[in-house]
Amino acid sequence: MAKQVSPGVLALRKVVEDVYREAREAKERGELVGWSSSKFPCELANAFGLHVVYPENQAAGIAANRYGELLCQAAEDLGYDNDICGYARISLAYAAGKRAARKFDPETGEYIIDPSTGKPMKDADGKAVIDEATGKPKKDPKTQTPYMVLDDLNEIMALPDGVEKERRLAAISPIRQMQMPMPDFVLCCNNICNCMTKWYENIARMHNIPLVMIDIPYNNTVEVDDTYVAYIRGQFDKAIKQLEEISGRKFDEKKFEEACANANRTAKAWLKVCDYLQYKPAPYSGFDLFNHMADVVTARGKVEAAEAFEQLAVDLEETIKKGETTTPFPEKYRVMFEGIPCWPKLPALFKPLKEHGVNVTAVVYAPAFGFVYNNMDEMVRAYCKAPNSVCIEQGVDWREGICRDNKVDGVLVHYNRSCKPWSGYMAEMQRRFTNDLGVPCAGFDGDQADPRNFNAAQYETRVQGLVEAMEANQKAKEA
Amino acid sequence: MSINVMLDEFKEIAANPKKQLEHYKGQGKKAIGVLPYYAPEELVYAAGMVPFGMWGSNKKTISRAKEYCATFYCTIAQLALEMLLDGTMDGLDGIITPTICDTLRPMSQNFRVSMGEKMPVIFLAHPQNRFDENGLAFTVAQYTNVRKKLGKIAGAEITDEAIKNAIKVYNRSRAARREFVKLANDHCDVVTPTKRSAVLKAAWFMSKDEYTEKLEALNAELAKLPVCDWQGTKVVTSGIICDNPKLLAAFEENNIAIAADDVAHESRAFRTDASETEADPMMALAKQFADLDYDVLLYDPQSAKNRRGEFVANMVRESGAQGLVLFMQQFCDPEEMEYPYLKKALDDMGIPHIKLGIDQQMRDFGQAYTAIQAFADVLEMNK
Ligand code: SF4
Ligand code: SF4
Repeated sequence: MAKQVSPGVLALRKVVEDVYREAREAKERGELVGWSSSKFPCELANAFGLHVVYPENQAAGIAANRYGELLCQAAEDLGYDNDICGYARISLAYAAGKRAARKFDPETGEYIIDPSTGKPMKDADGKAVIDEATGKPKKDPKTQTPYMVLDDLNEIMALPDGVEKERRLAAISPIRQMQMPMPDFVLCCNNICNCMTKWYENIARMHNIPLVMIDIPYNNTVEVDDTYVAYIRGQFDKAIKQLEEISGRKFDEKKFEEACANANRTAKAWLKVCDYLQYKPAPYSGFDLFNHMADVVTARGKVEAAEAFEQLAVDLEETIKKGETTTPFPEKYRVMFEGIPCWPKLPALFKPLKEHGVNVTAVVYAPAFGFVYNNMDEMVRAYCKAPNSVCIEQGVDWREGICRDNKVDGVLVHYNRSCKPWSGYMAEMQRRFTNDLGVPCAGFDGDQADPRNFNAAQYETRVQGLVEAMEANQKAKEA
Repeated sequence: MSINVMLDEFKEIAANPKKQLEHYKGQGKKAIGVLPYYAPEELVYAAGMVPFGMWGSNKKTISRAKEYCATFYCTIAQLALEMLLDGTMDGLDGIITPTICDTLRPMSQNFRVSMGEKMPVIFLAHPQNRFDENGLAFTVAQYTNVRKKLGKIAGAEITDEAIKNAIKVYNRSRAARREFVKLANDHCDVVTPTKRSAVLKAAWFMSKDEYTEKLEALNAELAKLPVCDWQGTKVVTSGIICDNPKLLAAFEENNIAIAADDVAHESRAFRTDASETEADPMMALAKQFADLDYDVLLYDPQSAKNRRGEFVANMVRESGAQGLVLFMQQFCDPEEMEYPYLKKALDDMGIPHIKLGIDQQMRDFGQAYTAIQAFADVLEMNK
């Protein structure tokens, strides 16, 4: 069954599309564009009306479009080790000018089709058409795409005007993430990881541009200590001064308040959307939340994002009333998916879940991004609570909270090779989930952006194991 | 005492931290494990306790730590945990866990959880925006917490006077180590790479007054020797740690001496002193942290420039080395992240380098030997 796309989902897609489009247009007009880490206080940049795009979101998109390996490899060729977070590698390669581009024939300029792409051709009865020459199903040429190769924007721009330059520019992948404008300044907040610090310093160096750094030290307690608040507030003030210099504008209190109000409204609506996963069966697959995260990351300070999530909540209310769901299979089990998904492998992640009727009804991004605040100090505290900046007790509490509320039967844990801060105390968390909630956990190895670190066979076996354990648990409960 | 006897003593200490720990415990002293990086050891000393550097081990294998860590974490962090779980460091009375990198952040939780009642785990978060009043205040707040917790373990509050004294002891120790590094360059025929490493490593397992006394005596003897007429080549080493005697032996076999280092476990740890005149000794320690520079783990506000890369490249030039050997600790993303710009600075100055992937569970050095051997020829050509 083709998934129906609700007005809310459409609105959310448009919001993200607009962020990229507006940044491109701003750049063309000669205005400044910044690159920002996902949990930098966007409210500050919004107060100056600055255009900002988000490399993490970009990297996820590039990975989901299957160009992750190309760009990761390009970063490795620049000397960035393959141990480094895949988002950082993709972003650094992009910042250095590397682009995924369609391969073309230098004589004719025509794109060269990759025969391994495309969907099988079907006949009038919906049956696959077999190619007599090879005995294999024929591909529908309309769905086939060209080979993707690596190109370099700096190299292209250095070419004299002419056919080659035009062709190479035009061959760069048209997806928005591959057309993101280069940065004039960078905004770094290391609450999610310290990898961010040097990643953004590297970008600043490559482009010789200013860096605004908000440092949020790791926290060992659930409460955010006043000394943290004082330190971070002080940095906000400094960041505001730097942004005044960068933008040549004064801090606009009204715009700032508006952005704060929008961010709160987005967060509340986001939480509401997440909470619909509490229904049994859930009205949608929690995997969809991963897609909607793009809006929280790139546009939470915009009223359009708040409105789009509110629309989605309305849509979901409808779905519930009708007793329907957009999950494309009957829900037999409910699990929490721990970690960032493997973007390049979404279909492979989804496949065994669908086969076994496992719906993802909880993701940790729900509480981690749903932060609401009433004043500047509370805002500081909110930014201290990023997924990887909190102590184990807070981490466990968030997760167990949604596991309970969203009634999960098990937990699927992604040991994400890219994200050291995330995976670092996962083994202990797993023990706690099982102890505290009585649910089985299964871990698998993967990577959010680099497809080379995911093994489908291992994943399927682990999902299978989890399903068996959930089944045994259910039987024991019934007995 | 002859130079060789002194060098042997340092070697013995560097190779046997457990014995050292027992030695201090036998004297009725308390000991605190100090994980990397930048923990204010002065506070431990001021509390009358012995700080013990915990930088993993070249002799252990990860086994119990697997219950807490996935495979893709550096051995420094994993083996530190291993030694706390397998009884090696049971004599410790507490540990300090800084959290400056993405591995140490979650590891601080694993340490705390796994140690439970066994020993107090003192958490420490350093600020990256460490320079202005605001950053300094945060460092002071963090250090104050460490001070309180250490006082509790020691059974007495740590006084300002004791900290001021500790700063003096540590400055002197740092100065002695800086001096030793210079002397080791001048006398690289006597202070071979393995010996140099042992002397610097021993500092992590000794009370600093005792260590400094020993090192000053060695320095005095070294200073008496004529500067050696070194026929081999010289390198600067860089990385987190390079203390494996087997690996360093490859340098010796190929007549490569170490002229200076940019190693976290060595010179990066004693480049910067704390003020002895600052009225508040806690502020003096905070300022010392703020003054740390050219470090892969610390934010550089002038990030648009390649300051750290150029600093290290200049070190190669100024120390009279012909090249650089980078010891790349596996899974260490902070080092990995700064490699391209270190490479750029070296390439721009025409300095050859090799990058050796290492980890502390490495037992076969065949590949590294071959790489070092080949590099020796390159260095020779650059003389
Ligand atoms: S939080 Fe993890 S995944 Fe995100 S940028 Fe940092 S290391 Fe990469
Ligand atoms: S070796 Fe690297 S990753 Fe490991 S603790 Fe040190 S800085 Fe962190």
